[in-house]
Amino acid sequence: MIQFLFKGIIRDKNRSVLPVIVISIGVFLTVLFSAWFKGIFSDMINVNANFSTGHVKIMTRAYADNADQMPNDLALLGAGELIDSLNTAFPTLEWVERTNFGGLIDIADANGDTRAQGMAMGQAIDFLTPGTREPERMNIPASIVKGGLPTQAGEALISNDFAERFHVKIGDPVTLFGSTMNGGMAFANFTVAGTVRFGMRALDRGAILIDITDAQAALDMADAAGEILGFFKDGQYDAEQALQVKTAFNAKYEADTDEFAPLMLRLNDQKGLDEYLKMANYISGIMTFIFILAMSIVLWNTGLLGGLRRYNEFGIRLAMGEEKKHIYRSLIIESILIGTIGSVVGTLLGLVAAFYLQEYGINFGSAIQGGGMMMPEVFRADISPESFYIGFIPGLLSMVLGNALSGIGIYKRRTAVLFKELSV
Amino acid sequence: MESIIQIDQLTKRFPVGAGEFTALKDIRLEFQKGEFTGFVGPSGSGKTTLLNIIGSLDTPTEGEVTVLGQSIAHLTHKQSAKLRNQHLGFIFQTYNLFPVYTVYENVEFALLLQHMPAAERHKAVLDALEWVGLTDKIKSRPDQLSGGEGQRVAIARAMVKRPAIMLADEPTANLDSKNSHHILQTMVRLNQELKTTFLFATHDEKVMGYLRRIISLEDGRVVKDEALAPQGQAGA
Ligand SMILES: Nc1ncnc2c1ncn2[C@@H]1O[C@H](COP(=O)(O)OP(=O)(O)O)[C@@H](O)[C@H]1O
Ligand SMILES: [Mg+2]
Repeated sequence: MIQFLFKGIIRDKNRSVLPVIVISIGVFLTVLFSAWFKGIFSDMINVNANFSTGHVKIMTRAYADNADQMPNDLALLGAGELIDSLNTAFPTLEWVERTNFGGLIDIADANGDTRAQGMAMGQAIDFLTPGTREPERMNIPASIVKGGLPTQAGEALISNDFAERFHVKIGDPVTLFGSTMNGGMAFANFTVAGTVRFGMRALDRGAILIDITDAQAALDMADAAGEILGFFKDGQYDAEQALQVKTAFNAKYEADTDEFAPLMLRLNDQKGLDEYLKMANYISGIMTFIFILAMSIVLWNTGLLGGLRRYNEFGIRLAMGEEKKHIYRSLIIESILIGTIGSVVGTLLGLVAAFYLQEYGINFGSAIQGGGMMMPEVFRADISPESFYIGFIPGLLSMVLGNALSGIGIYKRRTAVLFKELSV
Repeated sequence: MESIIQIDQLTKRFPVGAGEFTALKDIRLEFQKGEFTGFVGPSGSGKTTLLNIIGSLDTPTEGEVTVLGQSIAHLTHKQSAKLRNQHLGFIFQTYNLFPVYTVYENVEFALLLQHMPAAERHKAVLDALEWVGLTDKIKSRPDQLSGGEGQRVAIARAMVKRPAIMLADEPTANLDSKNSHHILQTMVRLNQELKTTFLFATHDEKVMGYLRRIISLEDGRVVKDEALAPQGQAGA
């Protein structure tokens, strides 16, 4: 019987082509946008995690209260020892020191006089420990425009934009002016080892990247770090596990009233990322719902039109002794067949488009930068297992719903009334 | 003779606006197996209504209609579907073939509903198409058939399950004279070979020529019930 119905669907273009097209389009959009949303949000999270928040982050309580101002006078002391204990207590995470600082970069001419000056965001990370994963994590090797990574103390990377604006070349000396941990004046000389462009406005305007030991020396921060970041070793953020780590860590310092006691935050807890994560789920939920609704309405209508054309057929089937229930069920089976075909086609097309967006992305430039969030300029899709089945939800549901609604008249009415209406 | 349909004091009323319209009034009839009988009368006299009630597509308002021992008024939807499926065949003025299916598949559908095994089904379909002389059109679609051929497929589809009773509502209304005689001769032959009971609703003189019993209806009442020797078969 199913085979018989299937033949009918394939041959009756009105019954198959239009619904399949409608479903394919809806499913295509669902698959594409859900993969794209997922890509955007996971990129955003990764970028934020890798550049700024870590999967978890430890600061002093006082630092955490004013984290935006990079208050290194409130930095963590005894960072080395703390990291040792973290490595023992939470071996599934990799723990690294980072220090952010603001400063002025001064470029001298041949006589040693100031030729140009610019404000800079400074970030100190571990460049020099053999086997360090920090440059990779921040995507620095791929972001280098000229030169290379720092390979020894006293070398720095600066933004390519900044370097071009002030005509700084690889190997040129620059001087960093900042403030020490104790509020004193700090300055240190660096050699430009390379220039970088991250594709993120906040970082590309003017940034200087130096090794963490250089920062400790320059800013009088012996064995201190602004922040300690923890990253899951498999690279995947796991909110649940992060919460366990955070709870366990913070419990140790619960009794401590010192404002310099360390405090751990999860990625979710920082920069309103939690709201973003919730919003991401919410938006994709709403999107799927809207697609289901809109497609159901369209398919309900095509179902009604198709049903009208087939009234004659239903009437004759009743006369041939088919039960109403059976006719209705065959209508639903047909819609499942069509919904499946449409969903498969739409999913395939959606995956192709999503794959393109995964590889190439769409560049929104700096149009949407803002707030404390770091956003990548190129928005890429992320194909996940979900991409393979998510389209079937609106695809099947809308078709079946549309047909179930349009066919309900058959089911509800008395045979005699129905038979007359069915215009045999 | 074997009585297969009994109608006793059948009245059918339809609700019309606030009131009611009496389409059939106090009908008493009995039919034997193998009859070739027609309800004749002007349009609106109640022929279709009576045929539909016998066919369990509609129910009596009053009175008793028994078909093959089953009381039409008391059948559930499932039971009446089963009665139609196993024992009744319908032919209508329009052929009502399924447009997307071939001639073969149209006829096969009736047997799919009965879950007949494939091999048996195949033979039954070919037999039915042979009865109506359409074995060469097996793969044709309904829109490739002439009117006469379309109605013959409809007859094959109704007959393929070898029903006890065939109900034909104005089967020749859309056919020219030649095709009308052709399908009527086919039905006479099936009536004789398979002992199928045929009941017609018609106001076509050509059909009347073949009938062996004519029941005349007027305003929902039986006004005449006569047995006769058919001439049409000889004349055609
Ligand atoms: N469902 C219905 N509701 C109201 N009146 C009906 C209905 N079906 C048939 N009738 C009326 O009953 C009468 C008999 O109809 P019908 O049996 O179709 O006549 P015939 O087939 O002899 O032309 C007609 O006047 C028709 O209008
Ligand atoms: Mg009629």
